[in-house]
Amino acid sequence: MKERIRIASGQGFWGDLPSAPIDQVRLANDKSPIDYMMMDYLAEVTMSIMQKQKLRDPKAGYAKDLVEVIDTILPDIVNKNIKVITNGGGVNPEACRDAIFAAARKKGIKIKVGIVLEDNILDSIDSLLASGHPLKNMETGESLKNVRSRVLSANVYFGAAPIVEALRQGAQIVITGRTTDTGLTLAPMIHEFGWSPNDWDKMAAGTVAGHILECGAQSSGGNFSADWKKVKDFTNIGFPIAEAFPNGEFIITKHPKTGGIVSRASVAEQLLYEIGDPREYITPDCVADFTSIQLEDLGRDRVKVFGIKGRPATEFFKVSMSYNDGYSAQGTLTYTWPDAMEKAKLSDKILRGRLKKAECTFEEMRTEFLGFNSCHGSLTPTKESDVEEVVVKFAVRGQDKNSIIEFGKNIAPLILTGPPSVTGFAGGRPKPSDVVAYWPALLKKTAVTPRVIVEEA
Amino acid sequence: MKVQLLEICHARSGDKGDAANVGLIARDERFYTLIKKEITAAKVKKHFKGICLGKVERYELPNLWALNFLLHNTLGGGGTVSLKQDAQGKTLAAAILRMEVNVPPAVLRKTTQKQKSLKRVVKKKSK
Repeated sequence: MKERIRIASGQGFWGDLPSAPIDQVRLANDKSPIDYMMMDYLAEVTMSIMQKQKLRDPKAGYAKDLVEVIDTILPDIVNKNIKVITNGGGVNPEACRDAIFAAARKKGIKIKVGIVLEDNILDSIDSLLASGHPLKNMETGESLKNVRSRVLSANVYFGAAPIVEALRQGAQIVITGRTTDTGLTLAPMIHEFGWSPNDWDKMAAGTVAGHILECGAQSSGGNFSADWKKVKDFTNIGFPIAEAFPNGEFIITKHPKTGGIVSRASVAEQLLYEIGDPREYITPDCVADFTSIQLEDLGRDRVKVFGIKGRPATEFFKVSMSYNDGYSAQGTLTYTWPDAMEKAKLSDKILRGRLKKAECTFEEMRTEFLGFNSCHGSLTPTKESDVEEVVVKFAVRGQDKNSIIEFGKNIAPLILTGPPSVTGFAGGRPKPSDVVAYWPALLKKTAVTPRVIVEEA
Repeated sequence: MKVQLLEICHARSGDKGDAANVGLIARDERFYTLIKKEITAAKVKKHFKGICLGKVERYELPNLWALNFLLHNTLGGGGTVSLKQDAQGKTLAAAILRMEVNVPPAVLRKTTQKQKSLKRVVKKKSK
């Protein structure tokens, strides 16, 4: 058993800083080693985008950026023996693996890749419904029947277990589909320290480490509200690294000489990110209690995290489904002094009048004034008359596509048929885009079993 | 002494479906005692009038000197459906720091002696 492992965060979402995973591997050395790198690529809406890509091309449906990253870091991760764990396989982990094998072959490198399958339940929804799994919306209680015909993607969130199995079989790279972000970090701890999956405190410790790593630099100085002016060298911000120990304690740090900051405050902010009841942070692996987490700032960008308590996992997997829910479009115009806000508000009135005349129907039309109060609404103390420039943003959503198209046609005309000193209309007419709504559900763990395949090529 | 939460707290917010979570973290344990007493769910609901259209739930994390607020019915239908500029509630962390709270001068003084980062508060108050 290892005395310590270091797990680096390489990507907090699909589209995160491209140089981050490359730097994490490049900067790894004897003084600041990396044993594992986790990369999170999936958000709720991502799976539906990937599902669409796969429908058009059976070889697509995963994070293409991931293959580019692996291609770049391959020689380094082999030389430094760094294992990579990522959910970038999306809805097509097999194709993702094959693309990685192809890249490795070109470089003359042999590599063992593990994939985790069976999280994608799109094709078995009806048989699941028939065998008594209701898959109703866990937030609203609504029956799936109401949207069944419009479902685009359906995936179970697996936990750490299948990744642990892939590591046990010797995979250097593990590619999963819809695995929890936290499972990507917990898995190597279970594997290296031989933790029992029923040791709930340990499961919770690895889960909390995962929560701190899963948003990339958001725990190491990015989006840091406490002292952002004191954050050094945002340009070269270091992504976080968890230095984990067999007793469940870990230290959050980053590579030396990188930008950013790791402090009690930076870690605390990330711990508060997107949580509900802090006593019940539910994953497939455990229920972690965030009120048990103790932080100790060791200085020099090192924060010790310890004391974490957990409770038994529930008997359910969370399911994330997405479905088509009409169309939306948005467009913007910029008004300037004098009377910028007055003009912007008048443009909104004119547009609404014209859309009404054209008998457009929307489920929602929203107008916001960017640069004035679009985010903080009535909390904004600025007077309208003090606004020198404002971007007015019009947005509509609805089931009638023609109304959305008509909306798009009516933005640019405001420039020559409305109030003056207006600009900023570029990029053509706003076009309707599909609204993809999210359907969270629960599924008994016994209804689906992950499948792990590890191959070398 | 009335101060904005910005002076004694930091925060982070994000989305949970159509709800936003707003984590409010005190810069010091004394300030945690204060916000725990003063920043109630009802006050937060009132502060976010017109933004949060549902109920506000409050959770305590004394270990992190933090309160976590769940603002229901806040994001215009949630991340993928919402037409809002801030569809994920990312800027609501800053918005909660606009709230004002009464800090007893003694608390402010004792803490600021310890913490250089709070120089700003002292400077402002001594003006």
